[in-house]
Amino acid sequence: MSTSYLNPGAPIPIPQVDGLDKPYWDGLRQEKLMVQRCNACGKHQWAPEWICHHCLSFDVGYVEIKPEAVIYSWERNWHPPHPALKDQGPYLVILVEFPEADNIRMYGNLLGDPMQDVKIGSKLTGVYEHHEDTDPPYSLIQWKLA
Amino acid sequence: MTMRGKVAVAGVGETKYYKHGQSPDPEFKLALEAVLNACKHAGINPREIDGFSSYSNDRSTSTRLAAALGLEDVGVSMMQWEGGGGGNAGAVANAAAAINAGMAKCVVVLRSLAQGQFGRFGLFPVNTVSDWRAFEAPWGLLSPAQMFAAKMMRFMHDHGVQQSTMRSVALAAYRHAQNNPRAVMYGRQLDEEKYDNSRWIAEPFHLYDCCQENDGAAAMILVPAERAKDLPNKACYVLAGGTGIDYRSSAWAGNTPDYGSSNFNHLARRLYEMSGIAPGDVDVCQGYENFTGGVVMGMVEFGFCKPDEANEFFTVENLTVGGKLPINTSGGNLAECYMHGFGLLNEGARQIMGQSCNQVENANVVAMIGGPMVAPISACIFGSEDTL
Ligand SMILES: [Zn+2]
Repeated sequence: MSTSYLNPGAPIPIPQVDGLDKPYWDGLRQEKLMVQRCNACGKHQWAPEWICHHCLSFDVGYVEIKPEAVIYSWERNWHPPHPALKDQGPYLVILVEFPEADNIRMYGNLLGDPMQDVKIGSKLTGVYEHHEDTDPPYSLIQWKLA
Repeated sequence: MTMRGKVAVAGVGETKYYKHGQSPDPEFKLALEAVLNACKHAGINPREIDGFSSYSNDRSTSTRLAAALGLEDVGVSMMQWEGGGGGNAGAVANAAAAINAGMAKCVVVLRSLAQGQFGRFGLFPVNTVSDWRAFEAPWGLLSPAQMFAAKMMRFMHDHGVQQSTMRSVALAAYRHAQNNPRAVMYGRQLDEEKYDNSRWIAEPFHLYDCCQENDGAAAMILVPAERAKDLPNKACYVLAGGTGIDYRSSAWAGNTPDYGSSNFNHLARRLYEMSGIAPGDVDVCQGYENFTGGVVMGMVEFGFCKPDEANEFFTVENLTVGGKLPINTSGGNLAECYMHGFGLLNEGARQIMGQSCNQVENANVVAMIGGPMVAPISACIFGSEDTL
């Protein structure tokens, strides 16, 4: 039985060659959700960048945040544009927002019945999903209703 | 010192439009044919061309075109930087800006696509991803439809907008295509039932909310306004044009603050200011349908209706010839051809010239809304002599 939400073979994330997003991907391997926070102004920022868009400081670091979020938007995908998802059937992609981290957002999958009613604003808890058999191995964060 | 009324569309042209992969001719030959057809329509000798403007990294390059056409002195080679097909109106704006600045006198704007030769846009063949795609693709967010579906979902949630708004955009395009022999969907009707029963691609987008993929090429000739007066077609003036990246609209991983948007709020205001046109002056709208939801959001952002009036405004009657604001009168990307919005540009000019297959009576102002939900977005406004 597959332990991942999507069928095996979905695209594998590779950290950027310049190292910008490496702490995020490394963190997921250890079941930690690491995102950027500016050391100068204290604001969270996502996706990562070399500069803080709030205050233009280059002194941007990573912090661990709690895997607690809300559904900001969603879609149910039916048409598989990737060969690995040919027999997937419908699946839910959600955009999650972190109210406690300056409302930064991330995409993810909503675990459970793909035909469930999805409500914007629903509270979520993160679930780590490890892909050990890929080259290289990687981990994702997925979401279930809190 | 704006471009308002300084530059005119002298002529437009295209090849036959094909379903993707079905062009018997290679892409570059299609580009040449479209350029020559546009010159012929404009009444201009192709040797007068002294500039090229395109977008979406068109493979038919200005250097190859200049050599193939034996051009004496090409002064402008412009490619709209990023935004893919969304740069269609931007390529016109850039060409008009160059002419207005005195850098060139006869600029061709063009787009050519032969996907049988070069592969399709809607497939995702790679197995590893980095940069922005790494924050989307591992969760199955892969195709353009999927990248934009959640934006429309949020817009619908924020404003109580219904699926019927998108259906009306699709039906209007198909209705108009039935009078356009160039349209790939000429002779193929779409009704409410067929739309409602069509399969989901990515909710809230049905199959008929998504553009086709096609082969072909299209081109447009821009000249200084005074030159246009001596040419055969009724002049179509560029009243305004530009591109735009709204605040963090290009932020990765869905971090655009105004996420449920097609990101035209600033650009629309700038173009109305440049043109001196108000939303109520617009007679026809050509709105780029990568996906119908983007047209709904874009038209709201251009001020044609308020978000909470969208369910009443977006009806097939309002959006077709004879209605409040006809849109996509050649069939658009959905039903004429997905030449990355170039069919919409040419149709906008044809409306002002009085040469449309679905001519709107007294069409003096046409709003061309380029590809929505991307960054940069682009748009321009065309006007007749009466608007100057
Ligand atoms: Zn800062």
